[in-house]
Amino acid sequence: MVKFKNFLCKSYVGIILFFLYAPIMVLIVSSFNNSKSRVVWGGFTLNWYAEIFSSTTIMTSLRNTLILAFGSAFIATVIGLLACIGIDAMRKKEYSLVMSITNIPMLNADIVTGIAMMLLIIKFMPLGFGSIMLAHITFNIPYVILSILPRFNQLDVSTFEAARDLGAGPVYAFFKVVLPEIIPGIISGFLMAVTMSMDDFVITYFTKGAGVNTLSTMIYAQLKKGIKPELYALSTVIFLFTLAILIAVNIITAPKKPQKRGGNV
Amino acid sequence: MKKRNLVLMSAMLILTLVAMWGCGNSEPKQQITVFNYGMYIDPAILDQFTAETGIEVLYEEAVTPEELYSKYSSGAIQYDVVCSSEYIIMKLMEDQELQPIDFTQFENIENISDECWAFCATFDEENQYALPYFYGTVGLLYNTEMVSEPPTSWDVLFNGEYAGEIIMQNSMRDSFMIALRYLGYSCNTTNPDELAAARDLLIAQKPDVQAYLVDEARDEMVAENAAIAVVYSGDGILACEYNENLAYVVPEEGSNLWIDCWGISQSCDNPEAVYTFLNYLCCREDIALQNFEYVYYPTPNTAVVAALDEETTSNTALFPPLGSLTNCEVYQLMDEETTALMNEYWKAVKAE
Repeated sequence: MVKFKNFLCKSYVGIILFFLYAPIMVLIVSSFNNSKSRVVWGGFTLNWYAEIFSSTTIMTSLRNTLILAFGSAFIATVIGLLACIGIDAMRKKEYSLVMSITNIPMLNADIVTGIAMMLLIIKFMPLGFGSIMLAHITFNIPYVILSILPRFNQLDVSTFEAARDLGAGPVYAFFKVVLPEIIPGIISGFLMAVTMSMDDFVITYFTKGAGVNTLSTMIYAQLKKGIKPELYALSTVIFLFTLAILIAVNIITAPKKPQKRGGNV
Repeated sequence: MKKRNLVLMSAMLILTLVAMWGCGNSEPKQQITVFNYGMYIDPAILDQFTAETGIEVLYEEAVTPEELYSKYSSGAIQYDVVCSSEYIIMKLMEDQELQPIDFTQFENIENISDECWAFCATFDEENQYALPYFYGTVGLLYNTEMVSEPPTSWDVLFNGEYAGEIIMQNSMRDSFMIALRYLGYSCNTTNPDELAAARDLLIAQKPDVQAYLVDEARDEMVAENAAIAVVYSGDGILACEYNENLAYVVPEEGSNLWIDCWGISQSCDNPEAVYTFLNYLCCREDIALQNFEYVYYPTPNTAVVAALDEETTSNTALFPPLGSLTNCEVYQLMDEETTALMNEYWKAVKAE
């Protein structure tokens, strides 16, 4: 009976893992297929990987995506951190008011945010790379606030006051006493913002100008004539890259107890 | 106090960054904004063009005609020149969004074939708004091993010989076009009786149809899951490359001929630069040839066709034999009444 129960548990997890990862496995296998058709196996090849790096379209979109992801995440983290300092000091009523205002953009449908941003931005500047950057910073800020603010709540104000008592200036005390306490929140907020920015299609689609593409909009434009196998290869590389980051984050943030924690795979 | 300084400094930093992006957008001497379908140009040509002429190209892509139209007419981006399917070009002409093109300023305009000008003239009477880019047909993709003899008529879809082996397009206009042409009517008919006859034919055919598909039809045929499918010539060309047993034919009763054209936007204030671009892309032999090899659809450029080897020109999917196109028609915009009627009939077919 116990054995059967055990078997059921394992196969249940197995099925879940299968449904989650089978599509990605198909994609990885297709990236080595030496045929442009999805239904014909033309032998093993690494050509598609070589073609990623020789295609300027793919490389510029990749560069744009990375600059956007890390740039917007960095700026959003700075703004979000400053916002948290302010929000943390607020009285209860103001606090909950500001928090609900911050949460609305996260619950809002992307398409509404995208169109609204486009309409606002074209009043002030032509759509281009800058407009995507502004949009990404804007939608990233709530996520950053949401991951930093709980750290402030756990913070003991008396340590900051003690530092001030001992003669530290407010900025000095912030960097020496407060920042080390909240740094995990900042890092996770930053990574969250990077992911959100790389993931986004809808908002980018509406705020981008002519001639600027990110990976998601570039792949979308290819749908007209069917996705080319280079993109399977590119997706495989991105998947492995993300996997590597995840494993690294897990190793870095894992508690230093000897107790073993598996990678978040 | 210092905290406030920090806030001020960050604010200034952000403002400076924004200002810097603003500078990045400052206009170079000559720039044109081009709007086209995805994967519908050899990207290298854009760089070559800029290197040769000094005109910068901002290039934007869309996937479907409807998306292209709505993005174009939203006005968020000022496009100078746009490429789209003939019925979108017709709509843009109706909206007075296009300006007449002075083709006499095109150095190599004589390379565009008379047939294509004639097809364009069915919606652009004086040939002054639309420059043909690529064209194609709707036809039959069949597996030579699975059919008793190569089909030449839409008849194979309706005579029951290949029951269960047929894939139709899940598209109202194309399905009605086939039935109408088979019955000997125009695919642009507004006659309710002819439409009703087409509906009855499609309903009678339905038990024989394996599936109504769109783009997947190509993969199903490559995988040899059906004997005959209705496809666009572009899919037909690709499918024949993947599987040697496949062939493409435009039935003798005629079919739909689609033609993608370039039009110049009314708001374009530098038509000369656009003329240079269009002449370079469509009319100049070497560039048009390079572009043809990338896109691989039938080209209206006669100089390109003359330069191709026999193996390419004998590909019936790419170059339908002369004469098979004479019965083909370009779709005209349907009036609201006919659209509503066809919608109703199509629902009846699908609901059966």
